[in-house]
Amino acid sequence: MKCTVCRKPAVIDVRRHNANFCPDHFVAHVQEQTKRAIEHFKMLRRGERVLVAVSGGKDSLALWDILVGLGYEADGLYLGLGIGEYSDISGDHARAFASERGLKLVEVDLRDDYGFDVPTGAKAAKRVPCSACGLSKRHLFNRAALDGGYDVVATGHNLDDEAAVLFGNVLRWNVEYLGRQVPVLPSRPGFPRKVKPLVRLAEREMAAYCVIRGIDYQVEECPMAAGNRHLGYKEALNSIEQTSPGTKAAFYLEFLDKAAHLFNTDFEEDQVGLLVCQSCGAPTTAEVCAFCRLVDKATGAVPVVLGPTR
Amino acid sequence: MGSVQVTLRNPKRVVEVPGPVRVHALLDRLELNRESVLVIRGDTLVPGDVLLEDTDEIEIRPVISGGAT
Ligand code: SF4
Ligand SMILES: [Zn+2]
Ligand SMILES: [Zn+2]
Repeated sequence: MKCTVCRKPAVIDVRRHNANFCPDHFVAHVQEQTKRAIEHFKMLRRGERVLVAVSGGKDSLALWDILVGLGYEADGLYLGLGIGEYSDISGDHARAFASERGLKLVEVDLRDDYGFDVPTGAKAAKRVPCSACGLSKRHLFNRAALDGGYDVVATGHNLDDEAAVLFGNVLRWNVEYLGRQVPVLPSRPGFPRKVKPLVRLAEREMAAYCVIRGIDYQVEECPMAAGNRHLGYKEALNSIEQTSPGTKAAFYLEFLDKAAHLFNTDFEEDQVGLLVCQSCGAPTTAEVCAFCRLVDKATGAVPVVLGPTR
Repeated sequence: MGSVQVTLRNPKRVVEVPGPVRVHALLDRLELNRESVLVIRGDTLVPGDVLLEDTDEIEIRPVISGGAT
């Protein structure tokens, strides 16, 4: 297998582009695809301060590396979720990445700063863990961005993530979500702009980027993710991709070009008007925001003890 | 007497596969989708057309993660 660009030995094939790459040209390919997404969707402007939501996994560390490589001023935010050993190791990867490269990592810890962890919060609020986790992440990323004076929050969602969410929403025709599934959400009062610069890159490309760039990331799965629906959608799409390369990209990227605008993008709060959370001051549709209600339930609850994961 | 030593994850385990065998044939034999994994030897990627020998030790790393947010 030879590099499509320089004919040196290739280390990876990207079948949907009908291309093979040597390490150098693969890195160039990833940068190029990220640049295309940023420009096409007008995600970032030069001189803006970017806060990268860093989990310690491959996508977010790769994103941080790419943005810095493209010359953006990007700091990281690591949110400690308190999911046993998984979180401990994830945090170590995020910290090591930042310190080896002299980058600034902001840290927020659910347990130290808010008195609960994801397993306990989920049980107390009778939510599935990913729902309590997602709610906490959205709230705390917003807050950290606004407090730190960042213009935009960037997350490592890749093509597989977005295609799987779209697939799930289409299977059930959740039309209220379809219009929102765009890779850039503009800022509104109380909310920074949110962007997903990796939407043109598959999950396998992000892992390969980390291996080639020597980025040490958390390879283990979050124990809360096991068996969720989202993983099943990714597997289903990858079986189609295996026989018909390019399907995932067409499904999601053509949706953005041709169909996303057909769905209503009005946010619930645009209709009812936004209030200010009486407890934390964040914008909300209720008197007290969903995150503060979660904190309230979780801190009164008995902690959940996680058994050994594997 | 040797075989290709293949480390798999989730859960972590080692299986032995008689070589020589091409990476793509190995993935087929293990019923793995090539979109969902990377094959790594040492700290470098191994492309699909490489012939693995009985002395090789490789890792097959899943690349699909499951978070719903
Ligand atoms: S899998 Fe779910 S609980 Fe685990 S980090 Fe992702 S969103 Fe949070
Ligand atoms: Zn090349
Ligand atoms: Zn609040």
